[in-house]
Amino acid sequence: MSGETTRAMIEVDKLNVVFGQGADRVHAVRDVSFRVPEGTTFGLVGESGSGKSTVLRALSGLNPDWTGRIAVAGQAQTARRGKAFYKLVQMVFQDPYGSLHPRHTVDRILMEPLAIHRLDDPERRIERVLGEVGLGPDFRFRYPHQLSGGQRQRVAIARALILEPRILLLDEPTSALDVSVQAEVLNLLQRLKQERGLTFVLVSHNLSVVAHMCDDLAVMNHGVVVEELAVAQLKRREPQHPYTRQLMVASLGYDRAAVDRFEDFGLER
Amino acid sequence: MSDKPLLAIEDLHVSFPTRKGVVEAVRGVSFSLGREKLGIVGESGSGKSMTGRAILRLVAKPGIVKARRLEFDGIDLQGASEAELRRIRGQRISMVMQDPKFSLNPVMRVGEQIAEAYRTHQKVSQAEAKRRALDMLKAVRIRDPERVARAYPHEVSGGMGQRIMIAMMLIPDPDLLIADEPTSALDVTVQLQVLAILDDLVTQRGMGLIFISHDLNLVASFCDRVVIMYAGRVMEICDAKNLDAAQHPYTRGLLNCLPRIDGDGRDLAVLRRDPAWMEHGL
Repeated sequence: MSGETTRAMIEVDKLNVVFGQGADRVHAVRDVSFRVPEGTTFGLVGESGSGKSTVLRALSGLNPDWTGRIAVAGQAQTARRGKAFYKLVQMVFQDPYGSLHPRHTVDRILMEPLAIHRLDDPERRIERVLGEVGLGPDFRFRYPHQLSGGQRQRVAIARALILEPRILLLDEPTSALDVSVQAEVLNLLQRLKQERGLTFVLVSHNLSVVAHMCDDLAVMNHGVVVEELAVAQLKRREPQHPYTRQLMVASLGYDRAAVDRFEDFGLER
Repeated sequence: MSDKPLLAIEDLHVSFPTRKGVVEAVRGVSFSLGREKLGIVGESGSGKSMTGRAILRLVAKPGIVKARRLEFDGIDLQGASEAELRRIRGQRISMVMQDPKFSLNPVMRVGEQIAEAYRTHQKVSQAEAKRRALDMLKAVRIRDPERVARAYPHEVSGGMGQRIMIAMMLIPDPDLLIADEPTSALDVTVQLQVLAILDDLVTQRGMGLIFISHDLNLVASFCDRVVIMYAGRVMEICDAKNLDAAQHPYTRGLLNCLPRIDGDGRDLAVLRRDPAWMEHGL
């Protein structure tokens, strides 16, 4: 791993998440551990139901029912998170159509976190953050329905950034966008990361997006991390686990012969 | 391709009158199709889905479909009566939509729905239709067709649901299948498995396939030819295997802005839209 020398911004140790009880019990995340050095991007890859988003939700405090250890910036976390945590960690969701209040203007959407955290000079902060995400001051008094999908995702990023956090949790931030808009949003995230020295955790089903954005990644299947690897290994097409190799082949496009070699990866214990 | 195309479209227009004036979703699209796999690729709002729907005259009012020529196997689809269209829809041209959750009848068993699709077009007994439905489920590689036939749509996974849709659309043995983002809601490996089934059936039955998708890489690797659409117009039609040599700046732009597994991690190229593309199609 690349980050042994730098400080770990996020440490996750033997994280387990269980939903339901009795016959409906689902062990969604099993013994997941990883660490994310400061200033790097960590990718969580997997198909639907793999538990990747559940890990992110436990990390962000949206799901309080977990066991194990989560430490952020050296601080061990409990189920409940205070304001100080959210000053440090913010999240961007997949669907920019669902994550912005439809009856609030961009101005009000950006004002809310400032009011909660009692930050001074909201005028200057809103103008600045809108500029940073590539939206001019014209956008400030628009409603979400007056914006395109890409513009909405920029507003969602602005809302996350306005508290000046050090960590962004990104849950499929571009999978609802057209590829040309995806490129713009990914470039924006990379630029912001460099300018502010942010640490990212990126959840995605798209191996190409993860390869482009991340330093290290973990591949999940049925709640288990089957393999953790550096992106350089992925780029050399040298993943060790057959599931990772299959995902890699699949993401290169349709190949009739390759499909016949696909295996069904069931529950791994 | 044979000399006589299965489907010929010339100068297709789809427009919607609104209070603020007429919105043109499709603006002069022309292409022809033989017994091959043709991909239509474009971003949201490019008119790719409307083109697919216009072929079956499924554009809802107040939408207006106009074309210089809209011909399927020698039949003028524009002049056809509703009765003629009903004989064509499903039996000769059928359509697979994106999400099986919204396209299957939620209160009818899967087997009955597939049998119904068959009996609508063929005069056969219920028992015969049921047998055909089970055969068709086997053909889309469902391991336990008896059990799946008895299931309701909510009891099956997304990948299985899409295979059921394909079974239902192919059981009347159509000449042309229009698939509108048939696998976009599925995981990548399941997506390719479903495409392989579609691929095999299209090849075995000598059908024509129109595959509508936003995924340029997928279409290039799956189809024989690709139509690239932007703002309701065709920018370029090229052979899928020569897509890397595509000429049009829009096609090049789309290809360049995709992240790649073996990319160098530098900023992705950003697509610069030329207003001239709005005015001049192929």
